[in-house]
Parts: sequence; structure tokens; C-alpha cells
Amino acid sequence: MSAPIVKLIAQRVALGILLLLAVSVLIFAGTQILPGDVAQAILGQSATPESLANLREQLGLNQPAYIRYFHWLGGVLTGDLGTAMSSGQDIATSIKERLWNTLFLAFWAAIVAIPLAIILGLIAVRYRNGWIDKLISGLALASTSFPEFFIGYLLVYFFAVKWQIFPAISTVYDEMSFGERMQAIVLPATALTLVVLAHMMRMTRAAILNVMQSAYVETAELKGLSAFAVIRKHAFPNAIAPIINVVMLNLAYLVVGVVVVEVIFVYPGMGQYLVDHVTKRDVPVVQAVGLIFAAVYISLNIIADIAAIVANPRLRHPK
Amino acid sequence: MADGKAKSGLLLDIRNLRIEATVYPPGEAPKTITLVHDVSLTLEKGKVLGLIGESGAGKSTIGLSSMGYGRGGVRITGGEVILNGRDILKGGKEGFRKLRGREVCYVAQSAAAAFNPAHRLMDQVVEATLLHGTATRAEAEKRAVTLFKKLSLPNPETIGQRFPHQVSGGQLQRVMTAMALCSEPDLIVFDEPTTALDVTTQIDVLAAIKDAIRDTHVAALYITHDLAVVAQVSDEIMVLRHGRLVEWGGTRQIIKEPRQEYTNALVSVHEIEHKEQQPGTAPFLSVKNVTAAYGGGQVKVLKNVSVDIYPGQTLAVVGESGSGKSTLARAITGLLPPEQGTVTFDGRPLGNKLADRPKEDLRQLQMIYQMADVAMNPRQTVGTIIGRPLEFYFGMRGRERDKRVAELLDEIEMGKGFVDRYPAELSGGQKQRVCIARSLAAKPKLIICDEVTSALDPLVANGILKLLLNLQQVEKVAYLFITHDLATVKSIADSIAVMYRGEVVRYGAKSKVLTPPFDAYTDLLLSSVPEMEIGWLEKAIAGRRMESAGN
Amino acid sequence: MLDIRRIPIAALIGLVLTTLFVLAAVFAPLIAPHGNAEIVGDVWEPMSSAHWLGTDNLGRDLLSRLIYGARITLFIAVLATALSFSLGAILGFSAAVFGGWFDTILSRLVDLLMSIPTLIMGLVVLSVLPSNLVTLILVMGILDSTRVYRLSRAVAVDINVMDYVEAAKLRGEGSGWIIFREILPNALSPLVSELGLRFIYAVLFLSTLSFLGLGVQPPDADWGGMVKENKDGIVFGIPAALIPAAAIAALAISVNLVADWVLNRTTSLKGGRG
Repeated sequence: MSAPIVKLIAQRVALGILLLLAVSVLIFAGTQILPGDVAQAILGQSATPESLANLREQLGLNQPAYIRYFHWLGGVLTGDLGTAMSSGQDIATSIKERLWNTLFLAFWAAIVAIPLAIILGLIAVRYRNGWIDKLISGLALASTSFPEFFIGYLLVYFFAVKWQIFPAISTVYDEMSFGERMQAIVLPATALTLVVLAHMMRMTRAAILNVMQSAYVETAELKGLSAFAVIRKHAFPNAIAPIINVVMLNLAYLVVGVVVVEVIFVYPGMGQYLVDHVTKRDVPVVQAVGLIFAAVYISLNIIADIAAIVANPRLRHPK
Repeated sequence: MADGKAKSGLLLDIRNLRIEATVYPPGEAPKTITLVHDVSLTLEKGKVLGLIGESGAGKSTIGLSSMGYGRGGVRITGGEVILNGRDILKGGKEGFRKLRGREVCYVAQSAAAAFNPAHRLMDQVVEATLLHGTATRAEAEKRAVTLFKKLSLPNPETIGQRFPHQVSGGQLQRVMTAMALCSEPDLIVFDEPTTALDVTTQIDVLAAIKDAIRDTHVAALYITHDLAVVAQVSDEIMVLRHGRLVEWGGTRQIIKEPRQEYTNALVSVHEIEHKEQQPGTAPFLSVKNVTAAYGGGQVKVLKNVSVDIYPGQTLAVVGESGSGKSTLARAITGLLPPEQGTVTFDGRPLGNKLADRPKEDLRQLQMIYQMADVAMNPRQTVGTIIGRPLEFYFGMRGRERDKRVAELLDEIEMGKGFVDRYPAELSGGQKQRVCIARSLAAKPKLIICDEVTSALDPLVANGILKLLLNLQQVEKVAYLFITHDLATVKSIADSIAVMYRGEVVRYGAKSKVLTPPFDAYTDLLLSSVPEMEIGWLEKAIAGRRMESAGN
Repeated sequence: MLDIRRIPIAALIGLVLTTLFVLAAVFAPLIAPHGNAEIVGDVWEPMSSAHWLGTDNLGRDLLSRLIYGARITLFIAVLATALSFSLGAILGFSAAVFGGWFDTILSRLVDLLMSIPTLIMGLVVLSVLPSNLVTLILVMGILDSTRVYRLSRAVAVDINVMDYVEAAKLRGEGSGWIIFREILPNALSPLVSELGLRFIYAVLFLSTLSFLGLGVQPPDADWGGMVKENKDGIVFGIPAALIPAAAIAALAISVNLVADWVLNRTTSLKGGRG
């Protein structure tokens, strides 16, 4: 690897860290935007003055906002995410298990969705403008118009209730074997796959099509290379960066989809945890989980950018 | 041609070739159009046939048919393509693959796009040879280095280790020629291989291609729109128009004794009679010691430039890409305020910035662009486009305005029926005419023409030049004519400024500028313009004093 | 002017369905057989001639609630889209035409907002804001305006460097003519199709929030809220929750079809008469 590439990647990572800091400010500020008293809003009109004072103390509302921010940030950086107001539990401890569950679910959804999307994208390009291409893009249009819970409940209705193949509720606990766990997540993982598949496939199709229409692919065809060799030797090396980009961007989209899917299947992950505590107006939990989601999302975007940098021959072999 | 001995015999015989394509006009049913109507040609081994015509003549389509290839939805629907004694159209996909890259190779217009950015040049140059198994890798690479030498590429031993983006455009074009020659084919299709290059680079590449063809005894189809270029390399020339054969004959016959009217028009395209006017007593626009830069003074693109323009006359500014000729126009119009120097108009200095100039000054200076399609708002009709300056500068409304618009349409030789048309409904030449009418509507003293003919086919360009000259007689308007094409300059200019790397290297009346003794750059530029004469290329290369910029 | 036979079949279906949804929303009290909160039967009655779509988790007529739900869904989505569109387009155009620090600051701010998934940011903000319609519309509109800003800025920047805009500037035209006569007519077709997409997104986003219990609060319910109310029936094989979910999908698809057609129609540069 040459020096300019290392420099570019370092720049991108540094920018990402800066962005994360800015995002932490934004998330913190997002929970402070309420005009008036947060404690009052949380407890409602019927709260006693005593409990109000307690909550203010607990939230540190007697200090200026920027001090509270740095206090919070310092905690986050040392692994202390604070305590949940509603339960009094340490947030970091309760998150650990759930984070693992969410990553497990997202991982298997990605394992299915990525190759499927790339293969479907390739098929759509190969039979461009044919019925199969039209069918695939029609389905893609439909599925981008479907809310996640529609897909989820359709799966539940048919696979869990009508045909009773898979459980409707994806309970997982520590003692479960790997096989049982997999059985439990089949439906949510399928729902999640369907949520991201259409986008990923459409973008893959566009990325490959873009490369296939370039002049150097024509040159390769005019050398007498077989269709397969043209794709393998000439199209693929140039399509890989845009495809990685597509995949990463859609994994970031998966991060959002997981929230709704977990609620549908009552799956004990980060998304459900977040939604629960938004309803309870438990600000410390919301801040912590929101920051983790944002961090994952931003990291995936950084990886996408780095992939694009590394795959660019102009940057790998400068003049 | 592997052995180089077989000097005669038929290599390619195309009979009654018919090529069709399906087009998908938006909002309409798809329809089939015919691109090539029953064209026949023959090519003997080791000979070069030039295919010439305007855009849409079907020349590239015919060239690619010799490899059984059609771009996009293009299909060969009739006729025979007989190569080395067999009809390749009957060979199917497998047959095409066997002949592509072995019997027939292709050199594209833009080598920069035709090389895969992800692979080293050498790997791409030897790819076809290895694929068809005609040589081992070591032999093929040795052959490639020899070809790099023959095509006078710098560092022939190591250039193959580079990636496409590390090599200049002119060099890439030669590497692509080497790539085509490497598998020792019988036929090479050259598809406008020098069109995208600057004129002084073009001559080197042209000479290299010509030498390589001679030494390897390969046959070639040489496709171009420039008759003077094709006359240098071809044994025979075929003139095509709208997918039909116009005339086919020996190179000398075509350029000296054309039999068809269309061929004659192509041959005499640059011969516009224009008598040079003597500069008047006082210029109405003077550019004095102007220096300009982009990026806050970082990149100096104009250095101490001074030129004068006289009423009703034409100053042509010539130079290659990067010479600063378009920047000069931007400095005069106020789009790029000069860092130093002044522009005087009618004896008073013009505001540096566009915003500092009164409406009257803006009216006096109009501009016409190279790309007429993007110079007109696609959502406005011709009537609005031409009528707006009338409203804006003269407050004309309603019937008065419509009458003037009709007059202007007459002046540019277009009828009234065009008032309600949108730019997308006009041809390239018509679009440029509407742009001319728009600038004339302001009744300016000066029109700046920035490469106004370079995107057009030669005959259309010719019509535009004639129109501009006529309008100059009628309207007494002066032109600042920016171009890279010396032939255009000769037909339209009264005085000439030659620009090179941001400086004016030669300036004066046309007759003086074009008369020796020349400075080194002007000499290079003048000697690089292809002339419609057999043997011009060899003379030009022999007589050069300066290396071209692209090397 | 508009020849109905020349509209492609897909667009026609989209147009008809969209119109039906809008009519249902506008005339809800006239069309709905029962009141919105009126309990008319047993819990989760199946489809019958009395209750075409059955009843919901409290025994209310599902069809009536669906019609009233259309009203709330469309009302909030339209207002949120209008807000995000006017905010995003005005700021985006201004940033492109004026440039400088105005553009820089605004663009960085939008980059920052867009680096957090919209749903996550929405949840963070809604955890402290009061649950009412105004909050909902403001949050949805502002978060979504970032996307409109990006698009309109990009489109306007592209057009701003075209030769015909330069020609207008050389002629001496003011900003008004340049923005409204040169840039806007050419930016319209991408913006119109974006309007459709933004509206769909607003419907889906609202439904998701309501489904999570953070959008429209009971006893009122938009379609997402209705899915939430009836979701517990699914495990007993009662498809009541699927009906409002399908309605959301149908609305989204219809608008998509219309937006697609409008985009194709307006990109034709022959004034629509090609």
C-alpha cells in the first residue's frame, strides 16, 4: 500500500471520529431541546415537588448542560453508560446481552441477504430488460413500499399461525443451544432480509450495469474473451468497490430495520430495549442506545468509504 | 498476417450489408431503424481502406461488423461478411470469439476509456495473444516491447508496467495500437483513433500508426470524419452518408477528382473565400496586459495578454487545450475578473466584474458557446430564447417583439415555423443558429464565439461559418473567434493571436501571422494541421523544429 | 390537454387508487358506516355483511376505523411532507445560488443530521417531547428535510453551471429570473418525483412510529396505530392487523406508480407533446 492511500484512510477515520463526537453532541442536545423542565415533562402534571426535585438531582439538571455533556461523554468513553431511571440498573450491563442478540440476528440476516442480493443483481443484469429483470424490479418497487411490520406479520400469520412451522415469538435465553437459537430467529432474520434485499439488489444491479457499459468491457469482448471471462477479469475488479459500497450502505439500513423487527417478534435485542425506554421516557438509556446505533451506522459508512479508496487503482498506483 | 509474404488476395469481402437497430423513443412504442443500407466493400490483404462520413453515416457500425459486433441494440440483419474466405456471420458466437483479437483487432477513439483502469498495460496488451494461444507470455511481451519501440513510445521496456491513468492520452492511443498489433492480426479496425487528441499530438500518433501498418503489412479499416487525415494513411477511401455508399475510389481520385457532389463538398469544405480587412484606425476593444488565474491566484492561466479588436472585424484566437484561449473570453466578459491589466471598450475601461458592468455594456458584448444544446434552456421555446434579449434590452413586447424574432429567424436562414419549437426538436446546426440569433438580438458590437463549430460535422460547421461571415457584412459586428482549428481561422479571420500556455506567442494581421518566418510553436501548430494532400504527413514530420506538447 | 388513453396502465391504477384514498380521507364521516370510536360488536369479529372487514380489538368496525385512519395518516403525512419540502427546497436552492459560508454551514449541519439514522434520531427526540400532532409533524418534517435539501442543492448546483444560466448572467438578468425562469423549470421533474418519494417515506415513517407506540396516540389511530392495536390477534389467526398494513402498502405503491409516470412525462423536453 502506498503512502497517499494510508493518508486518505487515516483522514477518513479521523473524520469519522470527529463525526461521532459531533453526533454525541447532537444526541445529547436532542434530549435537551424541550422548552421548559424535562423532569416535569417526564413525570407529568401530577408529580409531587419532592419527586421532581429528586429527578432533577438524578438527571443532574442543576448543572449547566455542557458540564452534563462532558460528564456523560467521559462516562461513555470509559464504558460507563450510566444507570436507567426506570429500573435503576446499570445500562452497560443490561445492554451487553441485548447487543449480542441484535448482532446475532443482524449477522444472519446479512449472511443471507448479501449473496442473494448480489446474485439477483447479476441475474437482472444478465437478462436485462427481460421478464426476469422486470419481475425483480417490480418486486423491489413493491417491497420498498411495504412497511417492515407488514412483511413481519405476513410471515408470522402464515409460517407461525397457519402452517405452524416456526415460532411466532422469538424468545432466546442463555441455555439455548445454537440450533434452537437459529430456529428462533428464522422468521425475524427472514423479515430483516426481505427489508434490505430489494434496495441492495437494485443498487447492485445499477453498479454492475454501470461497469458493464464501460468502454473497456467492450475492448475485452472485442479481444474474443468469453462472457464469463469478461465479467471475471474486467468487470468484476472494477465493480467490487461499488458493490462493497452498496452492501455497507444497506447494512446501515439494516441497523434501522432491526428496531421494528425486534418489536414485532418480541426479540430481546437493542431495538426493543430502545423502544421500551423511549416509551418510558428513560433519557439516559435512550442516549446510550441511540449513540450505539449511530456509532454502528457511522462505522459501516466509514468501511464503505475505505473500501472505495482501497479499490481505486488511481489511488493505489499514483502517478 | 503471420508470414508477411502474401501480398495479394482478398481479405475482407462485405456484401450487401444491412444493419438495423431498435430505438426506444420516450413515451412511444419501440421502433426499428436501418443504420446501414446494403453496403458492399472489399479489402485486399495489407491494404488500408478509409471509411469517411458525418456522424450517423454508419461508418463505425460497418467497421465493427467485420468483427461481428454490434453496439447496444444494433443487429446485422442482412448480407454477408466474408473474412479469409468464410462468412463469419454463419460462425455463431463461438466463431466470433475465435476471430476477435486474433484475425481482427480494434483501436477505439478514446484509449483512455478503452483500457481497464484496474490492470497494468502489459497485461492488457498481451491478453488477446495469450487467450488465442498464438505465443507464450515471454514471446508476447517481447513482441509488445518491440511494438512500443516502433510506435516511439518513451521507455518501451517499462511502460507496460504502468497503469492506464499513469500515461498521457496520445501515448495511450499508441499503446492501444500496439495492443491491436500484438496478436499479429490480418485486419485492424481503427475507429477515429486521433479525433480526441490535440492537433500537434495527432500528427505523431498518425505517423506512428502509418509506420506500424507499413512495417507489419496488416490491413486496416480506418474510420474518421476528417478527410485530410484519412488521405494520409489510406490506399482507398469510401465515402458514406446516412448509412449508404456515396463514392468509393482510390485516395488520389477521391481528393483530387471527386465524382459525387457530396464528396466534392467534403473535399472543399475549408475553402471559404474571405478577404482580409485592414485594421481600422482605432480598436473599439483593447485587452491590455491581462493576467488571470483560477483558484485564488494559484493557477495562472493568462499571462500578460494584450490584443485589440477593430469594428466589424474578426480576431481569431488559436491554441490547443490548456492554452488559455477560453479563459481570455471569460476575462473579457467579466466572468473571471483579471488579476492585473485592463479591458477598454469604446475608450473607457470595462468593469472588472460582471456585477460592475452597466446593462448597456453587457448588451454590446454577446457570447456563443461550443455546445449549443446546453447553451439554451431546454424548457424555453425558440421564440422565448430569441425574444428575451429583445424584451430585456429594448423593452419590446407583443407583436413588435414577435416581428423582430421572425426577422432574426430569417436572418439565420430558419423559417417562422421554428418559433414554437423546443431546443430538443432542433438539429445541431439549427441549435447553433438559434444561439447566433439570440446574440444578434442584442445588436452587439462584439460577439465572442467560443469553439462554435467544433462540435459540428464539417459541412454543418461550414454553413455556420458562412452565415457568420454574411451576418458580419450585414450587421457590422466584430467577432472574437476562439478555436483550435487553423483551417477555420484561415477562412474567417482578419487578425490572429496564437496562444501557447497562457501567452500570446504571435499576433497580427492574418497575412502576417501566416507568413514565414515563424516562431517555433506557430511553426509546429501550422505544420500539424492535416492538409488534403497525399504525402503531406511525411513532409510535415520531416520539417518540424519542435516536439509536440503531448509528448 | 391530458389524454386519458395515453396514460400507461400502471400509472392509471396508481392514479385511481390514490384518488380513492384521498376521497376516503376527505369524506370520512360521510362514507364510514360507523363512528370512529363506536363499539358495534364483539372483539375481532370476522368479516361479515354487517362489518365488511370485521371488528377490531375493542369491537369497533374495522372498515370505519380504516377510513378515519386514512384521514389521520394522510393529514400528518401531507403536512410533514409539505414542511420538509418547503424547508429543504428553499434552503437547498439558496445554498446553491448564494454559496459561501451559508452553503458550507448548512451543508455540514445536514451531513451531521444525516449521519444518524432518521428513526433513531426520531426516537431520541420523541423520548422527551410531548406526544401530540404538532410535535410529530415538526419532527418528521425537519428530519426529512435534510434529504430534500441534499437533492435540491445538488440539482440546482448542476443547473447553475450550465451554459444557459451563464448566458443569462452575461445578459445581466437578476437572481429572480435566474432562479425562477432558468433553474426552477429544469429542476422541477426531479423535485416532483422526489415529492412522491418523500410522501411515501412520510407515510411509512409515521406508521412505524405509531406502530412502536410513539406516533398518533389512542383513541385516535392512524394505520400504523391500528396495526399496533390489533397485532396481538395475529397469533390467534386473526388477520385484522394485516388490513391496515396492507392499506399502507397499497397507498405507497400507488403513489410510487404516479411519481414514476410524472417523472417520465416531465423529463421529456418537448413540452410534453413529444
